[in-house]
Amino acid sequence: MNGVVDRVASLGRIGLDVIAAIGRSGIFLFQALAGRSRYGNGFSLLVKQLYALGVLSLAIIIVSGIFIGMVLALQGYNILKDYGSEQAVGQMVALTLLRELGPVVTALLFAGRAGSALTAEIGLMKATEQLSSLEMIGVDPLKYIIAPRLWAGFIAMPLLALIFCVVGIWGGAMVAVDWLGVYSGSYWANMQNSVQFGADVLNGLIKAVVFAAVVTWIAVFQGYDCEPTSEGISRATTRTVVYASLAVLGLDFILTALMF
Amino acid sequence: MRTRTLELTVGLFILAGLLALLILALRVSGLTLSTNGDTYTVYAHFDNVSGLTSRSKVTMAGVTIGQVKRITFDKNRYTGLVEMAINSDVDTLPADSTASIVTAGLLGEKYIGISVGGDDLVLGDGDEIVDTQSALVLEELIGRFLLNTVSKDD
Repeated sequence: MNGVVDRVASLGRIGLDVIAAIGRSGIFLFQALAGRSRYGNGFSLLVKQLYALGVLSLAIIIVSGIFIGMVLALQGYNILKDYGSEQAVGQMVALTLLRELGPVVTALLFAGRAGSALTAEIGLMKATEQLSSLEMIGVDPLKYIIAPRLWAGFIAMPLLALIFCVVGIWGGAMVAVDWLGVYSGSYWANMQNSVQFGADVLNGLIKAVVFAAVVTWIAVFQGYDCEPTSEGISRATTRTVVYASLAVLGLDFILTALMF
Repeated sequence: MRTRTLELTVGLFILAGLLALLILALRVSGLTLSTNGDTYTVYAHFDNVSGLTSRSKVTMAGVTIGQVKRITFDKNRYTGLVEMAINSDVDTLPADSTASIVTAGLLGEKYIGISVGGDDLVLGDGDEIVDTQSALVLEELIGRFLLNTVSKDD
């Protein structure tokens, strides 16, 4: 009897912890983003973070974009060939990238490449008490450390997703047109006929913006909320990648159901 | 790294992102920057417009001379009303030209093909192409073909 009560109590504790964490992260996000930066030149802080999150992620985004575009073209060609409509490979590559793979894969890569780095950096700042030292000298770490990182993530990831799509479509053209011999006119014309700017490109961009917000929020909050030990940082970094990936995939389904 | 180089690389990154959006808009989704100023509108009623979508191309002799702007249902005549934007440099379409909905390949996209008429009058803005030919519905065709073979057997 006592065992059952203990179980129920521990379930309740887990539930309360989860709700408290959600509440803390909400307050955290609001406090970090509300109001303007009051410390020195907020813009230069943002530029530094844009460099760390955006420019340094370019290499992995471009390389994976090319390969994913190439694989899509190859797979699509082999299947479409059976129906004698291999000219449709361009529209297949473009629609797959713009609607799904562009935002999703970019978000997953961004969580692994930049999100984990964000969590570890902020977690280490917390563990070495840099954050509390900032508070001691009267600087709000939410505004000085957190806010520029959040904004940089919000801005950088949609741009990365756009670059990913373009590079992927180009990689697809490379395989389909130059290697497999699909006529380049029908590759591009089929694509232009079926892809619509508002319905496909902009909806994909909205997806990327949503994913950017979620991934960056999770990464920064996990770092800020982690246990200030080396073990705590490692656990927070793992949680960032796992939670961000799950959130992206789950949200992707909901957004797709709403959009298309 | 010096602040200047930092700002420069970030600026280039943002520029690359915006350029990517531009490429997606112009090259991939085929959005044109040209305004409606250099086209004129021609209407046509079709008994069946199945498969035709807005932004389908309008061709003459295989050359694209415009695109479908809008497709609506005409509730008085029970037909599909297609609004086409024709490039204004093609201003010599005879008034009795025929518009037909044709298919690229066996299963490809539908588009409008205009075949030339013999009238001296030319189509202007807001005019209607009276002579039209509807979309070919594959199922109907197969059905008719099957019916023919059955009746021949009798």
